[in-house]
This record gives sequence, C-alpha cells and structure tokens, in this order.
Amino acid sequence: MSVNRREFLKMAGIGLGGLVLPVSTPKKQTATKDASESASMLYDASLCIGCRACQTACKERAGLPPVTDSQNLYEFPTELNANNWTLIKLFKENDAYQFIKKQCMHCLDPACTSVCPVKALEKTPEGPVVYHSDICIGCRYCMTACPFEVPKYQWDKVNPLVQKCDFCADRLAEGLEPACGAACPTGALISGRRGHMLEVAQQRITEKPDFYVDHVYGETEAGGTSMLYLANVAFQKLGFPNLDDRPLPEITWPYMKSVPIVFFGMGGLLTAIYYLTHRNEGKEKE
Amino acid sequence: MATLLGNIRLRRYPVGPGMILIWITGAIGLSVAIYRWIVGLKITNMSDNRPWGIWISFDMMSGVGLAAGAFTVAAIVYIFNLKKLYPILRPTILTGFISYILAALTLLVDLGFPQRILNLVTNWNIHSPLFEIGWCVMLYTTVLLLEFSPVVFEALGWKAPLKLIRGITIPLVILGVMLSTLHQSTLGTMMTVLPYRIHPLWYSGLLPVYYFLTAIAAGMAMTVFETYHSARTYQQKFELSLVSTLTKWVPYVLGLYLVLRIGELFITGKYLYLSTDPWPTFMFLIEIMGGALIPAILFADKKVRNNSSGIVWAAFLTMGGLILHRFNTSLVFLNGDFYFPSAAEIIVSIGLSCLGIIAFDAAVRFLPMYPEPTPAKAKEF
Repeated sequence: MSVNRREFLKMAGIGLGGLVLPVSTPKKQTATKDASESASMLYDASLCIGCRACQTACKERAGLPPVTDSQNLYEFPTELNANNWTLIKLFKENDAYQFIKKQCMHCLDPACTSVCPVKALEKTPEGPVVYHSDICIGCRYCMTACPFEVPKYQWDKVNPLVQKCDFCADRLAEGLEPACGAACPTGALISGRRGHMLEVAQQRITEKPDFYVDHVYGETEAGGTSMLYLANVAFQKLGFPNLDDRPLPEITWPYMKSVPIVFFGMGGLLTAIYYLTHRNEGKEKE
Repeated sequence: MATLLGNIRLRRYPVGPGMILIWITGAIGLSVAIYRWIVGLKITNMSDNRPWGIWISFDMMSGVGLAAGAFTVAAIVYIFNLKKLYPILRPTILTGFISYILAALTLLVDLGFPQRILNLVTNWNIHSPLFEIGWCVMLYTTVLLLEFSPVVFEALGWKAPLKLIRGITIPLVILGVMLSTLHQSTLGTMMTVLPYRIHPLWYSGLLPVYYFLTAIAAGMAMTVFETYHSARTYQQKFELSLVSTLTKWVPYVLGLYLVLRIGELFITGKYLYLSTDPWPTFMFLIEIMGGALIPAILFADKKVRNNSSGIVWAAFLTMGGLILHRFNTSLVFLNGDFYFPSAAEIIVSIGLSCLGIIAFDAAVRFLPMYPEPTPAKAKEF
C-alpha cells in the first residue's frame, strides 16, 4: 500500500508538475558536496541495551527539564517534544525486540532549512542542522515539512521556540562527540565522518549478512541524512518512514526558480493584452 | 475641519440586528486574539504533530483564495477593457483589500513571534515558498491600498493625489495581477513539499495550478456574493447583468481545473485510491462534484446566471469548493494528530471575519462606494 503510494507520488505529482513548469533542473547541492567529510553518527539498534544514558546526557547537556509526575517523581518521556530531543523506544514482536533511538536526522539537504522563510534553520557545513532562535518567526512550516516529524514546539510558552536535536554543534566545534554518543556504554552509538560511518555500517552488514537488514537507513533517504541506522528489524516496523532518495527541497525548487519567469511573463502578457484591447481608443483617453 | 474631511459624510443605511451581532462577535474575536498574544498558543488545539490549524487553512489559505476577485475583476475592467463591469470594481477591490489585511492579521495571531514578522524583509530565503508568499502579500496589499485610494481621495476631495493615482492605474493593475498569480499559486507550492503527508488524491505537482485556477473561479464567485449581499443591505440594485457577464468565464476556469484534476487522476493511476477508503473518496467526490462540476454547469447556463438565487447558489458552491479544497489539502487529508479547532481558534476566525464585514460596512457608510445621484459623483476613475 505504502509502496504503491510512493510510486504514484513519484510519477504523479512531481512528474506532472515538471512537465508544466518551464524550468525543472534540480538545485545545486552545496551541503552534500563534502557530505562524506561532515559529522555523522551511526546507531546500531542491535547493540543498544536501552539504558537511556543518551537521553539523560542529552537533557543534561541541553539543560532540558525532566518529565515529572504530580509528585515531582521523574518519569520516562514517551514522545519527542520540545523538552525531549532524543528518545529510546522499544519495538517488540513475539520474541524479537529492538531498541530504537529517535532524534533529528540532520538531513544532508533538509526540508526544514529549505522551507523556513527567514533562514532560522541552517545546515552547517560541519553536519548539524542548527536553529537560530533569535530569527524564527514561529510559522511552524519546518514542523509541517519535516518528513521525520522532528521539529517540536514550545506550545505553552508566550514566545515559543522550535526545539530539536542540534547535534551538539557546540561540542562538535570543540572536537568532542555529541553528548548522547559520549554517554553510550555499549558502542551502539558511534560518531565520526559520514564516509567512515558508512564504511563501518557496510562492513557490519557484510560480516553478518543474515543478521542485519541489508540497508543503512539514512544513506539515501530524502537525499541522505547525517544520522545513520543499522537494525535487524525492518525499518518501517521501527517507525521510520519509507522515503524516496530525492531530497524534498528539490520538489519545490523548480517552482521557486520559475517565479521570475511567471512574474514577468504575466506582466508581459497583460501589457500585450492591454495594448490589444485598447488599440482603438487612443484619442478618447485623456 | 470641514474642508479637511471634504465630502466624507455618513450615509444613513439602516443598521439591522445582524450587524449588531457582527459587531459583538467581532469585538469578542478581537479580544480573544489579543488574549492569545498575552498567553500564547496554548489556547489553541494545535500540537507537535498538527502544527497548522484553521487559522492557516481557513483564514490564510481560503481567505486569500476568496480575495482573488480583486485582481480578476480589476484585470477584466482595465486590461480586458470590459468597462461595463466598473460599478462592481470598487466594492470588489475593497473586499480584496480587507481580506488581505485580515489574512495578515490572522497570521500575526498564528505566528509564534508576530513581533518578528519583518524578518521576512531582512532575512531572505528564496527557496521558501512562504518567503515568496509573505513578500507578495505585503506588496499586493500595498497595491490594493493604492487601487482603493482614489475612493478615499475622492471623498476627501483631494485632487492632486487622485490625479497621480489615476495616472498609474494601469501599471498598478498589471502589477497586482503579477503578484496575485505568484502568491495564489505559491500557496499550492507550499503544499508540494509534503508528498508523504498529503493523501494522494490531493497531493499533486499541479497544486500551484489548482490553487490558482480555483482562486480565480472562487474570487469571481465571491464578487457575486458580495454584490448580492451589499445590494440587499444597502438598498442598491443587484447588478445581475454585470455579475452574469462576469461569471460567464467561470465555467472555462473550472472546466480547465476539472480536466486537469480528473486527467491527472487517470494518467497517474491515482484513481485507484478512490476505491480504497470510503472517507477520502466521499470528500473527493463532494469537492469535485459540488465545488467544481455543478457550479461550472450552473454558471454555464444563461438562465441560472440571469436569476438572482441561481447565480448566488452557484457562487456559494464555487466558494465552498475552494474552501473544501484548501481544508482537504492543508488539514483534513494532511497526516498528523487528530485535530479539532478549540473555541478560541473558532472565535478568532469568525470574529476577525466579522471585523472584515464591519470595515466593509464602514467604508460603504463613509465613502462613495456606489454611484449616487449627487453632484460629487465621479466621472470615471
């Protein structure tokens, strides 16, 4: 069903739109040029023991409040939200189980940075997708556009900010690894250059081809992401959307690119019509 | 003082109980909007997985679409040189102007940081459809203000600015159409970035074209409704022959829309989705039949067009079709958490629309909106 839907969408929407619009060359990829050199993380779900040290480390580093009950006792968060930037969930089916970590995927060509009208979101050349809270106007287009539904909002604040994992951009700049990766005791979450992470992932698949799903999630999805995943359970079951390789900004760019053509084309057309319809009344005017 | 106000005077049209209700609703809506700025968005039912609600689907998407009559009628009168339609131009421009102000106002209620709206001017992201819409709406609202300003100058008796504006009327109208073409279609472009969220019956690469075509049709329909309503409220003659001439074009626009929409369905094979789920199929058929096919047939019939209730019903269906299409693409068939607007969201939406009616009413009472048998009557704008 969902596979069908993907195929339809590919042909349907995008194809037809391309036919109608005059310009449809995809935009130049600046962010992905040295993607293999940029920061990346590899999460091997099969190695995760669900200790949630990463969750705690993330909260500590970002200064996020814990989830508490009415008696102020700490609880587990259940969903990503403004105060939970990463989360370990458990998939269980019969005897098979698998922990899975959720956070911003840090796409190589992110939809959120493309749709933000004021450039409050930025894909840095180092890898992280960071948020400039002082620029954001709060339109929440990023939240709608993200195929992973990652950006969350401070709905209870008067001056609400979009909140999401920032890949510990400050720690990366100091040469440290992200807080979650540093806290992981089992090596399920490792960080490094994206090219290297992909090599490691491929190597693990080659070593245990019967164990792993033969796919590194994030290698190609939506043009590729900085977060990479290995698992021995189908990714769809772990809550990952089935995405095309095409980055989402490539859908809108042809339209945006043709804006000047449509604008001046319409102007020219109307001017022509005006002179056509008014050619006989030159003297009457004025 | 008297010279400063020129010919501005109050026309004593009756104030019915409906208008009083509208005043009250408008006041409540505005109060809730102000309350929202004080306490934040928590009074809405929007959530992390439903970040856009009716303020976007109704006030922005539908409101801007229905305001398309202003550029359509202006183009027909000035560019296509159908001078006969001039009497309905002023109220239509005013309706458009008010609608854009209201859309902008609702956007300020919806934005998390309304005080930062001018970041749109300073921080350009040319990749973002919303950036383009923001710019076009700002510029087009200015164009509408200028297009409407002769009415005010006329009332004030200011000759010099009046002459200036009349001198640039044609470039202004052309600019208005250029800007409208862009942002009406770009509202559709906004949704094309959501291929995984919008139901295949509504997601399409042609969304910009659909948004543009439905806006033209519904904009004309809105003009019919507004002309009809004003005639009743302000004891004018309902210019049936004029709106009938205007809406002669609606079947062509809706026809093209239908051909594209249905054609796409079959070319891409998406028609298969019509047999998978009853609910989307039902909504799709209601939208296509009731909101496009039936009004196209009705407007194509001269007998219907030349009948007051016939043309008004056809107009209602066309407007409903646009609203349904905007809701279906941006809310109902957009994946996300369950959402039903909160009381605050509903009252702001309704209340701000009432503010629009109040502004329109005030303009009719204070400005020369309709031709009058007075010496102050303008020759031609």
